[in-house]
Amino acid sequence: MSSPSHTTPSHTTPSHTTPSHTPLNRTDPLVLGIETSCDETGIGIVRGTTLLANVIASSMDEHARYGGVVPEVAARAHLEEMSPAIHAALAEAGIRLDEIDAVSVTSGPGLAGALMVGVGAAKALAIALDKPIYAVNHLVGHVGADLLATGADGASEPLQYPTIALLVSGGHTSLLLVRDLTGDVELLGETIDDAAGEAFDKVARVLGLPYPGGPHIDRLAAAGNPKAIRFPRGLTLPKDMAKHRYDFSFSGLKTAVARWVEKAQDAGEEVPVADVAASFREAVVDVLLGKAIAACADYGVPRLLLGGGVVANARVRELAAERTAAAGIELRIPPLSLCTDNGAMIAALGAQLIMAGNEPSSLDFGADSTLPVTEIQVR
Amino acid sequence: MLLAIDTSAGTSVAIVDRDRGILAERSEVDTMRHAEVIGGMIQAVLDESAVARAELSGVVAGMGPGPFTGLRVGIAAARTFALALGRPLVPIVSHDAIAFAHFAAEAAGVAGARTAPLLVVTDARRREVYWSAYSGVDELGLPVRLDGPGLAKPDALPALALDAFDAFDGAFERLDAAEISAGALGMVAELSFAAGRPFTADEPLYLRSPDVTPSNGPKRVTR
Ligand SMILES: [Zn+2]
Repeated sequence: MSSPSHTTPSHTTPSHTTPSHTPLNRTDPLVLGIETSCDETGIGIVRGTTLLANVIASSMDEHARYGGVVPEVAARAHLEEMSPAIHAALAEAGIRLDEIDAVSVTSGPGLAGALMVGVGAAKALAIALDKPIYAVNHLVGHVGADLLATGADGASEPLQYPTIALLVSGGHTSLLLVRDLTGDVELLGETIDDAAGEAFDKVARVLGLPYPGGPHIDRLAAAGNPKAIRFPRGLTLPKDMAKHRYDFSFSGLKTAVARWVEKAQDAGEEVPVADVAASFREAVVDVLLGKAIAACADYGVPRLLLGGGVVANARVRELAAERTAAAGIELRIPPLSLCTDNGAMIAALGAQLIMAGNEPSSLDFGADSTLPVTEIQVR
Repeated sequence: MLLAIDTSAGTSVAIVDRDRGILAERSEVDTMRHAEVIGGMIQAVLDESAVARAELSGVVAGMGPGPFTGLRVGIAAARTFALALGRPLVPIVSHDAIAFAHFAAEAAGVAGARTAPLLVVTDARRREVYWSAYSGVDELGLPVRLDGPGLAKPDALPALALDAFDAFDGAFERLDAAEISAGALGMVAELSFAAGRPFTADEPLYLRSPDVTPSNGPKRVTR
């Protein structure tokens, strides 16, 4: 475990990086972040905690005909989108590339082949500019996104620590205890099978809806009764809770929905899709928030942060607001463009690491598809 | 001077100069560590050659053919390095570097040696190979590609070669290569550029579609 803490900055000089001349701006660093862990090519530029650019090129449309993210299709798209996205981000931020202080890149977790494109691009960019590079953790990046939402104008108070973070997307479903963004992040639980976003996609297919499933199920569910069908809540039975208190499982739920629909079809009945969608969505959201709120209570942490693309789901936000209010928990939801995978959150985390005094990563890091959250920065 | 990067097989990085040749080169045969080693290798050739970034007039990318996961790392790196420098990306077919190095060695070894037609073959994984057919070199020493690069089953190669080398009565030498020299790749780019030859397209030569099948709707879970 043991990722670098800002209280004990490492003084080891990385093997062959160390940018020669100018000392690193550690008060207000201008950082370019590169994110390629799944199907979004994200380039973000931040100055300290100020968001300057957030360009996202998604290959989602290309995955639609396959009903899910195809790693090879995503990785090919990253390679093609990389340079245009960097150009677009520079234009959006109104800066020149040689003005940046550092490059930050997602090292993992995520799809290995997709991550490698970002890692290769980021290393070459940093070396060409003779700037330091920070290899960071994607999941911790989602938490870092919240720093940008506060903005330089102080529109909202910055997030306090510790906080519980619930990060839900098509690629991950994780519950984190964040005591210090740059020094102390603990994984409380994660999905043991499908990610929540994947479950939405798979159930959408069962209901004959297009990919990605989330928005379509959300739309249908609005007209349905969430209590019409009682679908199973994965890993919530007492025997499961002993071992998997904060873990998630959506594979059984997906199968239960498919069974229910097939039974209705076999009986020649018309499938009440709105009710199925609403009941399925309720089961997912119920488990997600049930476990997140339990974690807040168990650890005595009155703060919950949401992140990941599934936050786009209206019911997730609605139920989160209800239940946190009832439990006296402060709820933080960054704007959607900072919730879905993006480069700005990676730049934000890189900037935090720089401001915390961390030394750059060496040039030898790779793409780590299973990078643990305790490894906030890969050295 | 050019920075050249190839990850179509292992990883190779070099700094080359048209007149002085290969100034620095680093190669790693491991085909699984492209992302890990590429940064250190770029830094190493810059340090060893003592060439300033501003002196580079372009960045050469080996466009393959190559197994996709690794191939992309080098192309992505070459493109962003070129972008950061504000210099052009120079795309070169990786097999051309193999043929160039082979013919150059042959020419250096035996005075007046005739360069035999050459079939370059590299591993494409999944029991397939990538191939390119060369007739020899032109007056600049650049390899002349007759056919390819292509993707084939190993047992289909003889027939393909017979066809490609038809004009040579089917006589050719076969070269199975596991490494691509970025130095050779860079020299192909230097010579081509000096002679005003066109480069290949800035597109990765995967020569394979992503192997996925569009979904035919959900499968039943109950029987
Ligand atoms: Zn994510």
